[in-house]
Formats: sequence, C-alpha cells, structure tokens
Amino acid sequence: MSTDALVHLNITNVAYIIAAILFIVGLKQLGSPATARNGNRMSSLAMLIAVVATIVGNDIASWEWIIGGIIVGSTIGAISARKIEMTSMPQLVAVFNGFGGAASAVIAAGELIRLIDDGGVIAEDVSITIMASVIVGGVTLTGSFIAFGKLQGLVPTRPLLLPIRNVINVALLIGMIAATVWLIVDPSITAFLIAAGIALALGILVVIPIGGADMPVVIALLNSYSGIAGAATGFVLGNNMLIIAGSLVGASGLILTRIMTKAMNRSLANVMLGGFGVEDGAAAGGEEETRPVISIQADDAATMLAYAQSVIFVPGYGLAVAQAQHQVRELADLLKDKGISVRYAIHPVAGRMPGHMNVLLAEANVPYDELKDLDEINNEFQRTDVAVVIGANDVTNPSARTDKASPIYGMPILNVDQANSVIMMKRSMSSGFAGVQNELFFLSKTMMLFGDAKDSVEKIIAEVKDL
Amino acid sequence: MFDAEALIIALTVFVLAIFIGYEVITKVPPTLHTPLMSGSNAISGIVIVGALLVAGRADGITGQILGAIAVGLAMINVVGGFMVTDRMLKMFKRSGQK
Repeated sequence: MSTDALVHLNITNVAYIIAAILFIVGLKQLGSPATARNGNRMSSLAMLIAVVATIVGNDIASWEWIIGGIIVGSTIGAISARKIEMTSMPQLVAVFNGFGGAASAVIAAGELIRLIDDGGVIAEDVSITIMASVIVGGVTLTGSFIAFGKLQGLVPTRPLLLPIRNVINVALLIGMIAATVWLIVDPSITAFLIAAGIALALGILVVIPIGGADMPVVIALLNSYSGIAGAATGFVLGNNMLIIAGSLVGASGLILTRIMTKAMNRSLANVMLGGFGVEDGAAAGGEEETRPVISIQADDAATMLAYAQSVIFVPGYGLAVAQAQHQVRELADLLKDKGISVRYAIHPVAGRMPGHMNVLLAEANVPYDELKDLDEINNEFQRTDVAVVIGANDVTNPSARTDKASPIYGMPILNVDQANSVIMMKRSMSSGFAGVQNELFFLSKTMMLFGDAKDSVEKIIAEVKDL
Repeated sequence: MFDAEALIIALTVFVLAIFIGYEVITKVPPTLHTPLMSGSNAISGIVIVGALLVAGRADGITGQILGAIAVGLAMINVVGGFMVTDRMLKMFKRSGQK
C-alpha cells in the first residue's frame, strides 16, 4: 500500500490522531443542545488540523491547483451555507452529500492514474479499494442529485417504476463486478471508467423509484454512503484518520436511516424497492368519503385555545410549506402569557429530514425544551385540553393502532386522539401521503379548521388578542 | 505486492471506529438530528486529505486537475457543512435564554 511516505512522518501521524479524537469528542458533544455548538467547533478544528498536517507533512509539488480548488470550494460552500433557507436544508444536505461522493470518486481516479503512470503493477487490495471508492462515490453522487431533484420538485416526486428495472439493476451489478475483476487483472483506465459509469447509472436507478415522502430515509442513507466512500478512500490511501472519520459518518447515517424506517414502520428494503403509496393511493381515490366532519372557524378555535389549560401543537411538513412556524410561535407566546401550558409534539418523520421540524421551530425562536419527541409526549395527550394539528396527517391517524388492514398499521403515531379536543388545520379533506383516510377527522372531539395554515393561525392570533 | 498486514490494520481501525460511532451517535437527541446530518456531512469532507495527497503528488496535468477538482468538491462539504451546522445550532435556545 502507499503508506510508505506517511509512516515516517511522525508529526503528521500524531496530528491525525489528535484530529480523530477531536472528531469523536465533537460528535459526543452533539449529545445535548447546550454543548452542540462547541462540538461542531471541535470537529471543524479537527478538520483544520488534518488539512494543515497533510500539507505540512507531504511534499506538495504544485500549489496553484490546490489553492485554486480550496478558494473555489470554500466560496461555494460558504455562500450556500449562508443563503440557504431552513426549509431547504434537506436539499442542501443532499447536494453536499453528492459532492462528498464525487470527491471520493475523483480521488480514486487520480490515484489510479498515478499508479498506472508509476509502472502499472497495482496490488489487489489497492485495486479493490479504488473500485470501492469510485463505486460508492458514484452512486452517492447521482443518487444525491436525484434526491435533491425530487425534494426541489425538479424530478417527479411520485415513484417512477421502470418495467424491467430489476433486470437492469442486476445487469449493472454484474457489469460492475466484471469491471472490478478487469481492473485487478489488468489495471486500465477503461475498466475504471466503465465502473464509474455503471455506478453513476445505478445511483439514478436506485433513487428514482422512491417516493418523494421517503426522501428523509434516502438522504440519511446517502449520508452514510458518503461516509463509507470516505472510509474507502482511507483504504485506498492507507490513511487511518480518513477511515475513522468516514466510519463515524457511515455509522451516523445508518443509525438515522434505522430511526426513520422504524418511525414509518417499514423495512429499509421496503423503502428502497420503492413504489410505496402508488396502489394504495389509487384505491383510496375510488372510495368517496361521505361521513360528516365538524368544521369550525378561527374565532371558535381561538375560544377553545384561550380557555384551555394545556395545549400541544403537532406540526407536520404542511407547517413548513405554509411558512407558518413564526405565527405558531406567536400564538404559543400569547397562550403562555395567559398561563396556558404549551408544548410541541414532534414525530420522528415530521418535516423532510430527521430533526427538520426542530430546526424550523428553533428558527422561529421556539425554545428546544418545549419540543418533545414521541416517547416523551405520548402519555401527555390524555391530560391535554387541546391538541392542534398543523399540516400533519398520517402520523396522527389512530387506525395505525387498530386497523390491521391499513397500510400504516403498526406505525408509531402521536396519540392526538387521546386529547380532550383536537383542532385539525388542513387545506382540504385530502388524505396523507399513505393514501389512507385519517380516522381522527371523524371523531366527535375533532374540529376541522380548513384553509392555509399561516392564514388560519394569524386569524386565531387576532381573535385571541380580542378576547 | 498484496499487503495483508496493512489491510488488517486498516480493517481493525474501520470496525472499531464503527462501534465508537454507533455508541456516540445513538446518544444524540432527535432534536439535533438535522445538525447531526449536516455536521457529519462536513466530517465526510475529510476526503480533503485524500484530495490534497492526490493533488500534491500528481506528476501529470491530468492528476493535478483531478486533484484540484477533488479539493474543491471536498472544500464545499467542509466549509459549507460546518458553517450551516453552526448557523442551525446557534438558533437552538432554552426557555428564557435570549
């Protein structure tokens, strides 16, 4: 392996160990909102140490290209980090993931070219890791950009199912293995390019059949891939710190993926095979809903809230779409001034990526100790006067507990139906992503407040002030 | 040519790091999962080290260009990832904290 140059550079290696420790401690500090910011600073310090140690410890032949890359990359990164809207955070993470994967693939290409120029004999383990790096990197690149397109609405969000997609995927996998064997036997750029092309195609084909609402899982998984791609690069270059940092990210992505799939009561295989919601949506559409619901106006809602003792807000992605988070916080402040207890119940899949809703509410100055997750809040609903559901649907559907025939049966839900009364803010009676009717709408304790969430909350605020 | 010992060492580091990652990250509360994702994304920008090595020891122009592209891509991740994570974490406040 190409470690020879590094083994002798003790200072560089010591710096790498320090950086690895700082990465781990930095992630550990993300364990609490109070220390998290400091943890992020430690991770960035670790990165700085790693970069400086690499530059100092190696004979860098040509500076101009490196400095050019650093300036261009930093500028793009800094501008996007400043400009991005918090609602678009999933898109940003998806794009960054894609760039990370691309970097791994390009590094593998550069290393292969150097090794071929040096004489053409490449050890098997190096060939394999070069291929691993380009394959994972390539899949991450195109997969992330398709995920970005779906989140941004540039690519149709509904699952796109090619008729013989399984045949195509298997053919691509065989081609990939063949290219890898080729590269091991006879190191050539052609074999590498074939593998890269297949990886890029596979990334597209794997993500395109997955529905828009499953993108949180996809992003978490691709996040994990970008880490694994980094670790693979570490194997290519024989660099332990790269392996450590890459593995940390890989583990993080996998854990988040598992949390997401568990919260949707689905297996990862089920998400990846795609097509969820297609058949169910069609079936639900054919059945006309005739049961009556109770519809109220903003002034009724204001009265209910103002005379309650405890209120729980249940925000969903619809809240973010309507950009109503600031209004909700204003309403919450008004209620708190009246001595009413106010909390927020956040389902793990609320928003479009893990923890997205928490960030959106934090941006609206909602204190993080008022944000409660599923386990913390679920027993509190039965002691709550009014639950206000804003732009959430499937995660409040009580049939997930009882109706074995329902596609969402077994999914952990928020026990909104156990509150004394429920205000459901919604645009229309349409069903949620799973395509099933929400039984919550038809309970006698549920009041439907139709209209745009931001409008409705603004009207309620005005009414509460007038009371 | 096949360096089995180095590969085993690398694999050992890989497996141990996965375990540490699992232990540390399961303790991150759900409220911080988005900053965790963007922050770990920034950490995956550690491939910048690989990019610098490739760019630094490239002999030909192709290698130098590839290295520069890799450096640029990794820097987007690093700078953008850490900055946006800090921007988010800055917003998380306790009740009564201004």
